[in-house]
Amino acid sequence: MSKARDVLLDPIFSKNPIGLQILGICSALAVTSKLETVLVMCLAVIFVLAGSNVSVSMIRRQVPDSIRIIVEITIIATLVIIVDQFLKAYAFEISKQLSVFVGLIITNCIVLGRAEAFALKNAPGMSLLDGIGNGLGYSIVLLLVGFFRELLGAGKLLGFTVLPSTNDGGWYLPNGLMLLPPSAFFIIGLLIWALRCWKTEQVEEEN
Amino acid sequence: MSRDSTSKILSVALLLCLVCSILVSSAAVLLNERQERNKIEEKRKNILQAAGLYREGEPIDELYQQVEPRIVDLQSGWFSERFDPVTFDSRAAVKDPQLSRTIPDPLDLADIKRRAQFKAVYLVREGERLQQLILPVHGKGLWSTMYGFISLADDLTTVRGFSFYEHGETPGLGGEIDNPNWKRQWQGKRIYGENGKLRIEVVKGTVDKSDPDAVYKADGLAGSTLTARGVNNLLKYWMGEDGYQPFLERLKKQGLEP
Repeated sequence: MSKARDVLLDPIFSKNPIGLQILGICSALAVTSKLETVLVMCLAVIFVLAGSNVSVSMIRRQVPDSIRIIVEITIIATLVIIVDQFLKAYAFEISKQLSVFVGLIITNCIVLGRAEAFALKNAPGMSLLDGIGNGLGYSIVLLLVGFFRELLGAGKLLGFTVLPSTNDGGWYLPNGLMLLPPSAFFIIGLLIWALRCWKTEQVEEEN
Repeated sequence: MSRDSTSKILSVALLLCLVCSILVSSAAVLLNERQERNKIEEKRKNILQAAGLYREGEPIDELYQQVEPRIVDLQSGWFSERFDPVTFDSRAAVKDPQLSRTIPDPLDLADIKRRAQFKAVYLVREGERLQQLILPVHGKGLWSTMYGFISLADDLTTVRGFSFYEHGETPGLGGEIDNPNWKRQWQGKRIYGENGKLRIEVVKGTVDKSDPDAVYKADGLAGSTLTARGVNNLLKYWMGEDGYQPFLERLKKQGLEP
C-alpha cells in the first residue's frame, strides 16, 4: 500500500516533473497568465497522463520494441484530440484561450516520459496512480505560477479583482512583465530554488 | 509469434490505428453539432456586443432576431443577392481568387494583402428605418490579425460600438483592446468629417478633451503603440475608399431601398 502512496505522491514534491526533471516547461510558460486556463490545462494533462499511462501499460507486453515510441505517441495524440474536441464543445471560451496549447500536450515531455519510464514496466493500476501523481505535480507548479502571474500581472484571481488596477480606477499598477511568458521562467526558477532549499537531496552535485 | 516479428509489428500497428481512429472520429462526430453551435453563437454574440445589444444571460438566438445579415459588394458599393448572407463565409472568400483580389501595396494600410469583394454586414432596423449598421473589419496588430465589428449609428458616421472578437495580442498590453473601458470610449466618436472626409484616428496617449477635434480621436493603448497603430490602420483602410466608404456614401444618399 505504501508503494502505491509513494507512486501517487512522490511526483508532487520529491520527484516533481517540472521542479526536478525540468520537463513540460513549454506549456508552463504559455498558459499560466490566468488561473482559469491553468485549471483547465491541468485537468487536461492529468486526464491525458492517466489515460496514456493506463493504455500503454495494458498493452506493454504486446507492443514490439521497434515501434514502441510510435505506439505511445499515437495513444497520447488520440487522448489529446479527444480532450481538445471535448473542450471545444463544452468549454468553448477557455478552449479559445488555450488554443494550440491543448494540442501541444502531445509534445509535453512529461506524458511520453512517464509512458516510457513507468507505464512500460508496471501494471495498469500503478501506472494510473503514477499518471495522476505526475499530473498533480505538474498542476501544482502551474497553479503556483498562474497564481502569481494573474495576481501581480492583472490584480485578479480567477477573474475576480483582488488588487483593483489603475486601468479600472484602482490603486494597483499591474506588472506588465508578469503577463509575458518570460515571467513564468523567473517564477519557476524561484520555485525550484525554494523546493531545493527544502529538499536538499534534489540539489545537483557540482562537477 | 515473437514480439518483434514483422507480422506482429504490422498487426499491432494496424489494430492500434483502427482503435484510435474510431475513438477520434467518434469524438469529432458526436461533438461536432455542439461545436458548430458554439462558433455561430460566438459570432452572433460579437455582433450583438458591437451593436450594444448584448445582455448577459439572455439567449443569444432571441437577441439576434433584431439583426439582419446582408451581403455587400464592395466593388459596386451596394447590396448583393449573390450569396446567402446566413451561410456566407467571408474568411473563405478572401482565399478564393474569384471572390477576392490583392490590395495594391500603397492602399494596404491594414496589412492584410487580399480583400474579399463581398462582405457580410448586419443591419439593425426599426421598421424601414436603419438604426445601426454593423461592419466586419480586420487588420494586423503587433502579433496577429485582429478581427472585429464596428457598429455605426443611422447617420453612418457616429460609432455606436467597436470590439474585436479574435486576436492574439499580448494579454494586458495590446490585449487591452478587449478592456471595456477602452471599448466604451468609441461610443460617439465620428468616422467622417463634415465634408465626408475620413477623419478618425487613434492617437498616442489619451485624447485631450478640450481639443475641438476630440470627436475624431480615440485613446491609444499605454504600452502597446503597435497594436493601437494597427487599430488605427485597419479603420483607415476599411472606412476608406478601398473599404466601405463608397457603400456608406451611397447608402446615405439612397437610404435602404433603392
